[in-house]
Formats: sequence, C-alpha cells, structure tokens
Amino acid sequence: MTLFEKSQPGCGNQLLASLDVPTVELESAFVRQSEWTLPAMAEADLSRHYTELAEKTHGVNNGFYPLGSCTMKYNPKINEALAALPGFTEIHPLQPLESVQGCLEVLYKAEQALCEITGMDAMSFQPAAGAHGEFTGLLLIKAYHQSRQDHKRTKILVPDSAHGTNPASASMAGFTIVNIPSNDEGCVDLEALRAAADEETAGLMLTNPNTVGLFDRNILEITKIVHEAGGLNYYDGANLNAIMGIVRPGEMGFDVIHLNLHKTFSTPHGGGGPGSGPVGCKDFLIPFLPNPHAVVLEEEYSWEESLHSIGRVRAFYGNFLVVVKALAYILTLGKEGIPEAAANAVLNANYMLTKLKDLYPPAYDGLCMHEFVLSLEKLKKEKGVSAMDIAKSLLDYGIHPPTMYFPLIVPEALMVEPTETESKQTLDEAVEAFRTIYATAISEPEQLHAAPQSTVIGRPDEVQAARSPIVRWRPEHQ
Amino acid sequence: MNIPTELKYTPSHEWVQFISETTARVGITDYAQEALGDIVFVNLPEIGDTVTAKEAFGDTESVKAVSDLISPLSGQVSAVNEELMDSPEKVNEDCYAAWMIEVSAIEGQEELMDAEAYAAFLKTQE
Amino acid sequence: MGSYISNTAQQRQAMLKTIGLTRLDELYADVPDSVRIQSGLKLKEGLGELEVSRQIRSMANKNVIYESCFRGAGAYRHYIPAAVKSIVSKEEFVTAYTPYQAEISQGILQSIFEYQTMIAELTGMDAANASVYDGATAAAEAVALCQERKKRVALISSCVHPQVIETIRTYCFGNGMEIRLIEEKEGVTDLEQLQEALGPEVACVLLQQPNFYGNLEDVAQIEPAIHAQQAKLIISCNPIALALMKAPGELKADIAVGEGQPLGLSLSFGGPYLGFMAVKEKLMRKLPGRIVGQTRDSQGRIAYVLTLQAREQHIRREKASSNICSNEAHCALTAAVYLAMMGKSGLQECAHQCHSKAAYLRKELEKIGYLPVHARPYFHEFVTSCPQDVQSVLQRLAQQGILGGLPISDNRILWCVTELISKEEMDRLITILKEGKA
Repeated sequence: MTLFEKSQPGCGNQLLASLDVPTVELESAFVRQSEWTLPAMAEADLSRHYTELAEKTHGVNNGFYPLGSCTMKYNPKINEALAALPGFTEIHPLQPLESVQGCLEVLYKAEQALCEITGMDAMSFQPAAGAHGEFTGLLLIKAYHQSRQDHKRTKILVPDSAHGTNPASASMAGFTIVNIPSNDEGCVDLEALRAAADEETAGLMLTNPNTVGLFDRNILEITKIVHEAGGLNYYDGANLNAIMGIVRPGEMGFDVIHLNLHKTFSTPHGGGGPGSGPVGCKDFLIPFLPNPHAVVLEEEYSWEESLHSIGRVRAFYGNFLVVVKALAYILTLGKEGIPEAAANAVLNANYMLTKLKDLYPPAYDGLCMHEFVLSLEKLKKEKGVSAMDIAKSLLDYGIHPPTMYFPLIVPEALMVEPTETESKQTLDEAVEAFRTIYATAISEPEQLHAAPQSTVIGRPDEVQAARSPIVRWRPEHQ
Repeated sequence: MNIPTELKYTPSHEWVQFISETTARVGITDYAQEALGDIVFVNLPEIGDTVTAKEAFGDTESVKAVSDLISPLSGQVSAVNEELMDSPEKVNEDCYAAWMIEVSAIEGQEELMDAEAYAAFLKTQE
Repeated sequence: MGSYISNTAQQRQAMLKTIGLTRLDELYADVPDSVRIQSGLKLKEGLGELEVSRQIRSMANKNVIYESCFRGAGAYRHYIPAAVKSIVSKEEFVTAYTPYQAEISQGILQSIFEYQTMIAELTGMDAANASVYDGATAAAEAVALCQERKKRVALISSCVHPQVIETIRTYCFGNGMEIRLIEEKEGVTDLEQLQEALGPEVACVLLQQPNFYGNLEDVAQIEPAIHAQQAKLIISCNPIALALMKAPGELKADIAVGEGQPLGLSLSFGGPYLGFMAVKEKLMRKLPGRIVGQTRDSQGRIAYVLTLQAREQHIRREKASSNICSNEAHCALTAAVYLAMMGKSGLQECAHQCHSKAAYLRKELEKIGYLPVHARPYFHEFVTSCPQDVQSVLQRLAQQGILGGLPISDNRILWCVTELISKEEMDRLITILKEGKA
C-alpha cells in the first residue's frame, strides 16, 4: 500500500516552532489556487511504512550482489559516519573562503590521491555521476580541439562493447559517433581502429579492462593509433577497480578520465545515486576543466578559475559528501591496500569463473579481470532457458543477479562482478546456486520460466508498464 | 508468415501500399513485428515533414530495444496514424492494417520487392 | 592496513591454486610490463579507523558552522525532522543499486513512485522523473529536451541563478543550442524584452520563481506570448515556496524543474543535492532519466518497475536525448520522507513562516538604512542596499557566529530567512548591524 492510501486527513506531526513574528500573507495574485495534496501521516505510521519498504529492498548487506560493471563492494560504515559530521553537513556552499578550509582540504587531498592512482595531473569533482563525468571529459576534448582551431574533429570513436553512456555522452557533447567493432577476443579490432582514426577524429572512448572483463593487451598500440591521428584518449573509469595501484591509465596513453567514486572507491549507490564522477586530465587539458578548482595558494586553500574553462557542469562543487567518503576509503587502504583490493577483485572473479566455466561458457576464454561475461546462447537454443531465466532463478537463492544482456556484442549475456569484499564462502555458495540452477535448466527448464517464486512479487508485466504508463499514484489505478 | 500480395516490400521489412502514383502508405511487416516483440511505443514524424528513401523516419520501442523505421520513399508526410500513439499494440495485432505514415509527392523510392521476392528474401535471412 | 577483504592469505592461496596459478601478479599477465607500477603508489600507508577518523575530523573542524544563517542563493538551511535522517539511513536504502531487478527492489521502486507523485502534486504537473543531479542540471536538461530541428534558441532570464545559467551554457556548448539572455529590470525579468525576443526559432523560455533576487515573476502575463510562438515554458522553482505560490502547472508551464535541497537535505557544501523535473503528459516520453511505473505481476499483484526505458542511454545509445544513468535517488527518498513528515499543512506552515519572517527582517533592516532595492512581491529572499562596506559588515557578523546575506555587488546584499531563524536571532542581527553603524 502506498503512502497515499495510508494517508489519514487530519494526521500530521508537530515539527516547527510557533511563528514569533507578525503573520504576513503572500500577495494574492501569486497565491496558489490549484488543488494539491501530500500524505497526512503520523510519524509512527510513516516510520513503519519505510521499514516495510526497506524490507522489500535488496542492499549490499542483504546478500551477494555480483552486478557486473557496478562494483557492488561493501560500503564501510566509518565513511558514512565521517560524511555525517556537522563540520561538513552544516556548511553553506557560499560561505567565505576562510570558513571552508576543511572542505577545500578534502577536495584537494582527494584530488592528489586520485591523480597518483590514475596518472592524471588534475581532477575536478563537479560531475555528479559517471555519465556526467563522461560528458564533462568530452567537452574538455571539444574545447581542446577548438582552442587549436582544429574544427573538423567532430567524431568520437566508441567500441561496440562500450557502456551505453559512452555514445550517449558523445552525442550530448555534439560529436558524431563511429562504432569500432570488437575482434574475436572481445578486444578492439586494431585494423578497424586504424581505418577509422583520421583527421576528423576528436578522440576515442575506452574502458580497460573492457566490458567483457578483459584487459586489452594492445592498449599501448590503441592509444598510439589515436594520438598519431591527432585524437585524444578518454578512459571510462567504470572498471578501474581491477587495476587501481597496478597500472595507471595516464601511463597507458589516456589524456582524460572519469572515475566512479560510487563503484571503485566504496561509496554507496543509494538506490541509484548520488554518485560522484570526478574528471581527471593531463596537464595540457587543465585550462579547460570546470570552474572553480580547489588549489593551494600561499599555504591556504583557494578556488582557481580558468579563462578557458568549459564552464560549470552543475551548481557548486559536486557531490561533496561522497568525496569525503571516498577520501576516508583511500586513507584506510593506503598504498598497499589499493592494489591489494584490485588484485583480490580479480582473484575473486577468476575463482568464480573457474568454478563455473564447465557449465556456463564464458564469452571469451582466458583469465578475466574483475568481472567476466557468460553467454547462455547454447542453453537458450537447446533448452529454451534464457539469461533472464537464470537471473530470475538466482533471486530465489537470495542472490542479486548479474548484469543481464550486456555487453550487446554477447548474446544471452550474464556479466558477473563479485568484487574483492566477498568471502570465499560466499563465492562457493553462489557457485553452488549457479550449478543447481543449471541442473534444473537441463532437467526441468519450464520451472525456471516461472522463477522467482520466493520474492514479494513475481515477474512484472513490463510491456503493460511501458504501453500505458502509470507514473504517479491515482486512486483509480488501485 | 503473412505476406499480402498486393503490397511492396523493403529489405528492412517495411511494406508499401501505393494509393496513387504519388501517394503511398508505409508500415512494417509481419516478420518485423514478430522480431521486435511487444511494441510499446511508436515514434512517428509530423505531417509536413519530409522523408528520404533509405533513411530513418521514426522508430519503434519495445521494452528493451529501439529499432529505426526506414523510409522506402522520398516525399512528404501527408498523414500519420495517430491511433498508434495510444495503441502501439495494434502493430503486433495486425501489422498490415496498422499503417504508420502516408507519403505524398513521392519523388523517389528505393528498389522494392513484390511479395514473392520478399518471401524469397526472408528465406535467405534465416 | 585494511582493504575490507575477508579472505585470509591461506584462502587466497587455495583460490589461486583452483585457478591454476601460484601468485597474485600472474593475474595481470595481459598488462604490459612497461607500464606496470613498479615501486608502489606514492601514497601513505593505510591507516586504522581511529586514525582515519582523526584526520578527517580535523578537516571538518577547520570549517566554520554558523549559528545563524541568513544566506540562501540556491542552498537553504531548513529544519530537518529527526525521523527523516533516521529513516533514510536504513542500510537497504543506502547500499542498493538502481532497481533493475524489480522483484527484490519493490521497496526502492515504490519509494520513487511515491516521490514522483509528490513532485507531480507539488508542481501541479502530470509526470516527474526519479531525479537528476541538481537544480542546475535539471534546468539544463529541460532546455535540451525542448530542442527541435527548427527551434534551437533558448531564452533565459538573467534573473535565473547565475550558476544555473553557467551550467546551461556548458550543456549548450555541447548540444549547439543558442542562448539569449533576457535582461533584468527592477528585480524581475524584462518582459517587454522577452516578448520582443520571441520568435519561431525559440525552443523554450526559462524563468525562475522566485527568481535569484527573491522576487516573484509575473509569469501569467508573458505565458500566452510564449505559447503563441510554440515555445515551451520552463519554470525553475523553489519547492517549499510551492506550498504557497502558484504552481508551474497552474501557470501553464510545460516543464517544472528545481533544486530539491530544501526538502530535507542538509547544506553539505553544495552536494549531494536533488534536481527535480516534472512535465505535462505530452512531454512524458521526452523526460530524461529513470522513471518508475506501476504495473501488475504474473499473479495480478500491483508491482513497480523502471519503465519507458527505451528513452534511455543503455538502449538508445547515441540517439538518447540524455546520457543520465546514476541519479540522486537517495536524495529523492529523503525529499519524499521530508514531504510526508511535513504533510501539506506542515509545508504550508513552513512556507508561511519563511515569508512572514523574511517580511519582518526586511522591515527591520529598512529601519536601520538597509533599504529594499526592489519593490516587488517576494518569498523568503530579498535584496537590500548596504550603507557601509559590505565585507566589513559581513565580517562583523561572522565574528558573532552569523552568516550574513550574500554580497551580490559592492553595496547590495541578498538576504534569506527560513523558518529556522527566530525573531530573537533577527533582532540580534539588527543590533549588531546598528552597533557597527554607530
């Protein structure tokens, strides 16, 4: 039942102090006339309502969450506690500089650490999420070419295995998109890249490890081809968790990068956000970064504005509290902990892959990085059991399914990312669930079409939802 | 597979029904609607827009996919099947009745197949 | 120190053996040696929780928390009921991902559905999305969605928050739309100039209500002219003011956007905040971002799902009109809990107190020579002159634990009063200002 059905007219909560100045009414021409409503709820009922909703929500602590490309690692509690300090939460974004030195120190220190990890020279925390970071990074590339009067560079190369945000961001930034096919190993087809890279190329967007979970061993050749054609290389940091502390994108030939602090740096996803998608760049792109940028001037933190900046990409300075959490995480892990986390993410993924691949064929052979992609094409053909059926069956084991039907180049794909914070025992239990489901797929495939059985609802009718959208509560829909 | 003989077809699975020499209606074939699955929305151009042969004039949405609608003709859109806006399921139910646009002032067209040729073409697609 | 890994060294060795390897670095065989980090990151060693806590606390302690805050300008300190923070801290809400798997995400999905309904109610519009990053990006996305082949000009009022205008400019550097600014006249948008600027090439007009100076725009007067040119009207609004003030829907806006921070989110040095976005029905399929819809499951039970996904980047890729993926879902949840805690009468009371207190301060300031600059209806912000050096006035206030209004020029201050400010605090402010004068 929704809040609107639970609402009891007349109910409410005494929250504010009595008005201690004379009452003044808004000028009548501006006063709202139209009807509107909000739920009328006593705190006790409201509180219970949300406890019910929480019970119907699978969080990282409710069970294994191997959602590929999303890095659902454990969200440390100390990070939350520190981001809730009044010394951060009660600070107005337009306070005088001398009163926000601690906030600027957080931004500055996080920037220093993330530059060291990524091999970049500067970073802006304005972008609020990964896609926002992509858009920002692409505008840096656009501004760079324009500053050189190189106006014909209007194309961005994007591998066909890329996250959907890559082509969408490039399009928002005003570029046309050239798709680069993958080779049989799931990596960039070098010949196709050479053929596509030319004097119209503004840049290449790439994630490495790529979306099939492989480290593209031709990476240095790839970035060289683009540079030689006069383009820049953009690193989509969605998969940085596999390589942080092992290799720096800046040393692989990348000029611009975005990170997802809500993936790699342990900040929680909040049911879809807030995230934080800082953009880093090499020296020659610093003038184009969003304004303002935190710097140290004469032993004091200060804001710097650049004349050549692409401008703001949002109000104020970014999702600041998320940066506080990421900084706490970086301080906790430190120089050894960061590569250790990466290596264990890769270890966990390979361990699961090894224990599954006799039944579930991987899309590409060999060692994977922090995630791997299985293809259920054969099972679908032979038994009519789809990736969706396997995913829904996992729900009955208390496991959040892997990412389904992505990347697009793999038919019936399941993309599994265990992350480093899962124990061997959890992985073994998940492997067991996968194997049991496989056995059912062979013996009683129709049973899997009916999964899940143990959840609060069965599979929802998505066709109806999209054909006749009901996107707000109304009494007649109940 | 239903392939009415009185219509013309494109390799991208649109059908064309000529009403006169310069006016025709366009929709998608039985093969296309089945491949697309449950269609949840149809994006169509506006009356007066120009369409170009072999270029997209709109798209169909299913729950997890979008597919371009490719115009077989060059000309001007003289009518749009508004009914599909509210009832996209009609494309699944009867794709040959669920025309999408009417093109007038036809100035050009891509090479079209008759029903027999289209049936043969579909065989090569399997 | 720690890296939050639960496997022991022995277990890791056993796992490596299962894979057929002996050392962890063998996992990175595909990484070219020439670029492998050889001598470690130049970072400090990892720290224990206590030490991390000390270091970050010391940063927090370097910031100044003002007892009284008379500054708004896009970020507002309101009372946040205790239940709000407690409810939204539930770990399921905090740690879940975007609710792709509806069967185990009904809680999050329903909470977003309820949020969408509340935003639609508050703005008087038909449909809202699950949120965008903040008020500025909401405005920029709204402008972008109005773009049509023959309509590529956006008319933006100069009375819109300057940072919102800057953000729109950046988005337009990407999408190629042209921005024309409409000047300010006596604290509001120059409607005559706006009227003249309207033409068939205009995709949309953006007004802010109340505007950056706190004044109310006469939207009703200009709305017919905007729609006569088939341009869209976008209103960026303060959500608390909507409890009193004519809603965008009432003013015939096509799109309502705004900064949702006043709805239960703390100031937090500018983020995370909440961009809300609502439209009339005919624009629903053009909304960017996630949208939750109601449907039924296989047994006919009410169920909630992410819907209209074919608009989005993961399906439409380069043809998507927006690239947004992660949003501010947790902030949207916070806003929904806040709105439900306050209820309609609570929100009206809050808005009414903001307005009455602002009126009181405005009058008191006027008495001591801080004269209102504009004679327009306003909500809870207004601009006054400053009879003395602005910076020294504000410094004097800061020494007394008061964050004064925002200086917007050498001799003008933008003041803000919310329900949190007591009469006593305002009287104290006046006393300090008077003392300085003498």
